[in-house]
Amino acid sequence: MLRSLSLQTKENIFQQILAKSAFFVAAVLFLFFLTLLVKAWLAIWSNGFDFFTGAVWDPLTGVYGAFPLLFGTLLTSVLALLLTLPFALSIALFLGEFFRKGLAASALRSSVELLAGIPSVVYGFWALFVLVPLIRGLEITLGVVPLGVGVLAASLVLAIMIVPYAASLSAETIKLVPQDIREAAYSLGATRYEVVRRVILPHARSGICAAVLLALGRALGETMAVTMVIGNANKMPASLFDAGNTMASLIANELAEATDPLYVSSLMQVGLLLFLVSALINLAGRYVVKKFSVET
Amino acid sequence: MHNLQIRQLISKTFFGMVCLFSFLSALPLVLILGYLLAKGVSALNWQFFCRMPQPLGEAGGGIANALLGSALLLAVAFALAVPLGLSLGIYLAENKKSRLADCARLAVEILQGVPSIVVGLVIYTWLVLPLKTFSALSGGAALALLMLPVIVRSTEETLRLIPLELKEAALALGVPYYRTILRVIVPSGLSGIVTGVLLSLARVAGETAPLLFTAFGNPFLSWRLDRPIESVPHLIFYYATSPYAEWHRLAWGASFVLVLSVLCLNLAAKFLTRRWRVQF
Repeated sequence: MLRSLSLQTKENIFQQILAKSAFFVAAVLFLFFLTLLVKAWLAIWSNGFDFFTGAVWDPLTGVYGAFPLLFGTLLTSVLALLLTLPFALSIALFLGEFFRKGLAASALRSSVELLAGIPSVVYGFWALFVLVPLIRGLEITLGVVPLGVGVLAASLVLAIMIVPYAASLSAETIKLVPQDIREAAYSLGATRYEVVRRVILPHARSGICAAVLLALGRALGETMAVTMVIGNANKMPASLFDAGNTMASLIANELAEATDPLYVSSLMQVGLLLFLVSALINLAGRYVVKKFSVET
Repeated sequence: MHNLQIRQLISKTFFGMVCLFSFLSALPLVLILGYLLAKGVSALNWQFFCRMPQPLGEAGGGIANALLGSALLLAVAFALAVPLGLSLGIYLAENKKSRLADCARLAVEILQGVPSIVVGLVIYTWLVLPLKTFSALSGGAALALLMLPVIVRSTEETLRLIPLELKEAALALGVPYYRTILRVIVPSGLSGIVTGVLLSLARVAGETAPLLFTAFGNPFLSWRLDRPIESVPHLIFYYATSPYAEWHRLAWGASFVLVLSVLCLNLAAKFLTRRWRVQF
């Protein structure tokens, strides 16, 4: 049948398919957002602003205050980011500046790639059986309630998981710093540290910022590994050793058992918020890269 | 002179720290892989791959249902995501400036950052609620949505690197546009495209969060697309959080198999780029 079509028709069909696929994907994302918004509408009206400030999340009485979850998400992600940064920056400098080729570099590069490839549920499983007992031991020595699971365990496992995201993009931008200005600095008698501090880092600033944003986005939305080790308690964590919860982990735990329409809708509202935050972080990363990459 | 020595010292310390921290960050990987090897390999045997999970308390049993389920889910995701991803990738590479292309590019970029649990939430609303049942189809659709950005971006980036002369030569010989694209441009970039597809499969093979309320999980063997289905990552989650040692053993075995297959996909992708790279 296809053979009988004229060339012009085939040409048109081809062009149409390409354009339609672009339209389709853009429409899917728009509908994606719309679905979350419509589903969360009931909760947005009924919870009002208490959703952001309320400290009690209690489906039994129909009170949905998500502040502990927002706080838990932010706390674990920021902690993970702080823990990751020294390591990720070191890897980036190692691969992008000091050792671009050679055995050590390719070993490190492969290990970072492998780290990115391990599924999050396996991270969670490992953390549950290795990290959590270690933390429990630490808690016993410190004399706090030995839960094991909690904010600290979640942050640690998140930190391990986001190292590749922060490191690989930073390494790429560090590599892109022009060779001349590096050599100029060395020829003026700067030491390795001074070249990195005064030339490389300022120059690669935008890429590193984008990498950090990317890693933050990953950490905020990570579900499985966190849900397995954070303890899933919808309250403000009293300390780093206390159990808490995050937005993503809450959805994973509670959607299946939610029957009340307001309950489901509130979970959708959490999802909507997660979507908006991740989209915003993504756009910010894009903006940073675009804005600063023109200078070089 | 004194000053110079201090500067040298700082520089050397800094360099040492960078090396130290770099290799410290490889430590978790070694620990995780080592633990997986120690715990996982011993769980593997013939039964593990071809038997069903046994009732609690009975030894033995395997994860055949999860292996089959994962394969089916990935096949569905592949069938949904690859045609769409390729065609969008070609469109974006061919239309760099149009408004529709900008919109689609933005959509793909946002989609790439969306947490996978939110994708599960939306597919749950789109497919599970209207069909009134968890299904392999909805699980596959969720995975497809996660695969799509990877395929689109790798296709677009690969095709952009192909020199314009190639296209011009084909067009000058009177080859119609669609044949130029399908027979000249796409084959030249095939290695990059295939690499992208493999990487996208590797990315979603271990995803659990979007499957929680789409594919859901199923203790029995199932082929059907309109019924709940088990998958390897979901089985790991379910068994790992259970209190039974026998289930933990199976979960370690399943983790080992999962990590190994993801690594194989990654290696295959790497090998392909090196082997097939078309140089211009």
